[in-house]
Amino acid sequence: MAAPRPKPRLDAENTAFWTGGAQGRLQIMRCRECLSYIHPPRPVCRTCLSDNVKPEAVPGTGVIDTFTINYQKWHPAMEVPFVIARVALDGAPGVYLTTNIVGCPVGAVDIGDRVRVTFESQDGIYFPLFEKIA
Amino acid sequence: MRANQAFFTGIGQSQVGMKLTRHPLLLTLDAVREALDEAGLTIGQIDGVSTYPGKAHAYLGFSPIGADELIDALGIHARWHAGGGEITSQLGAVVAAATAVHAGLARHVICFRTVYEAAALARPKEYPPLQRDSVEGFSQWFVPFEALSAANWTAQYAMRHVKRYGLTREQLAQIALTGRNNAMLNPRALVREPLTIDQYMSARMISTPLCLYDCDRYTDASTVLIVSAGNALDEVSCKPVRIAAMAGAVERHSWDQAEWMASYATGADLWKHTDYKPSDVDTAQLYDGFSFQAIAWLEGLGFCEVGEGGRFIEGGKRIALDGQLPINTFGGQLGGGRLHGFGFAHEAVVQLRGNGGERQLSGDPRVAVCTSGGGPLATALLLARD
Repeated sequence: MAAPRPKPRLDAENTAFWTGGAQGRLQIMRCRECLSYIHPPRPVCRTCLSDNVKPEAVPGTGVIDTFTINYQKWHPAMEVPFVIARVALDGAPGVYLTTNIVGCPVGAVDIGDRVRVTFESQDGIYFPLFEKIA
Repeated sequence: MRANQAFFTGIGQSQVGMKLTRHPLLLTLDAVREALDEAGLTIGQIDGVSTYPGKAHAYLGFSPIGADELIDALGIHARWHAGGGEITSQLGAVVAAATAVHAGLARHVICFRTVYEAAALARPKEYPPLQRDSVEGFSQWFVPFEALSAANWTAQYAMRHVKRYGLTREQLAQIALTGRNNAMLNPRALVREPLTIDQYMSARMISTPLCLYDCDRYTDASTVLIVSAGNALDEVSCKPVRIAAMAGAVERHSWDQAEWMASYATGADLWKHTDYKPSDVDTAQLYDGFSFQAIAWLEGLGFCEVGEGGRFIEGGKRIALDGQLPINTFGGQLGGGRLHGFGFAHEAVVQLRGNGGERQLSGDPRVAVCTSGGGPLATALLLARD
């Protein structure tokens, strides 16, 4: 994955998610009324319809809910294989992040593995990737 | 037959191929003509048009023709039409049409899906390719992590079945092998060559556990299904097929926040709209853009328990043409071509009319289920010949 990662366009709702890594924080939108988490981030709580919502840091650890090893070069600059995973975040029930598992061989990844966020920065965006907790 | 219900009448299909040069509007015309001929209708009797996902201006190969364009191009006097992607997947266009005829808004609706993705690859100046790295809307949660394809997103659901329920590659292979076996008996199928289990097992991986043969391939074709009102059937010369139930439920409209693919909620919902039961179904035409989606549909529709899909199709006998529950008798998308959802409804009608030729099911099939989608979106239709 040597090519630069495509950058999301920042807006009022997603900025905390994509830039929180500057302070080492993984931030997820949360409802101040019913305390549910809201992802993708929106200005309304999907559980109680309150608009009193605000990003809040979560522990940054989680569990691999599922994953796939991608072998197909979808564009010429793509370096394969690599792991795409869906991580269930600790402390934010029901929130999953699609991400990459880095720092270990692709064959070392399994469902149920404990992982911790690691940020890859690029032009002011902090991509939340995850690595296995040894 | 009840007057307020909706029926499939004429159905049609263009040539199915790759890198076709015939204009996509003319492919659509070919399918329209065949459908009108079968129904004994004229274009002047058509008063509605429904399509999915409408003209895709940013990626014309995906959907080169919209409802507006077809209405104007063929001189259709439309009293109702619709075309868009924000609906319950491809066959949602049929649900919309059936709802419209039920409400009396139209009598005979052309539902169509035209795909031109292989031709677009060959002629990128005319049909610019999909920009896989553009980050807009929901794609911001996938594209930055190079999770670019629905193959990656579907593969993760499949991997859970591998790890949690013991789904094997040999079991998964049965969707592709069954599709190819059936495609060889379908003169219009895209891929009419045999596929062996050895070829499958040694194929290169795309995104584990999905290999090359688990993924459909770009196809050029148009499929047309005419939906007619129950009180307009005296104008039709072909045997009508009743749309007995429809469903399109979602839990979360998301590829990664939902616990399960939408095929589960939709499959369960279908049976709430009918007295038929899964055991009444003579054939199932199950969306297989990626093979695993067909397994999820078997489970979601209740043909087997959740997690049992792999064992249900083990060895392939049960789902073969002469099996207990024949599936994807035209080849599915893996063998028949990426007709993008509409092929499954087309084939269900073919089989219920007894028009399947070499691939026709024995035993006078009367009830069929057909589906589209099965990621964040899904549609299921139950069809009956009364």
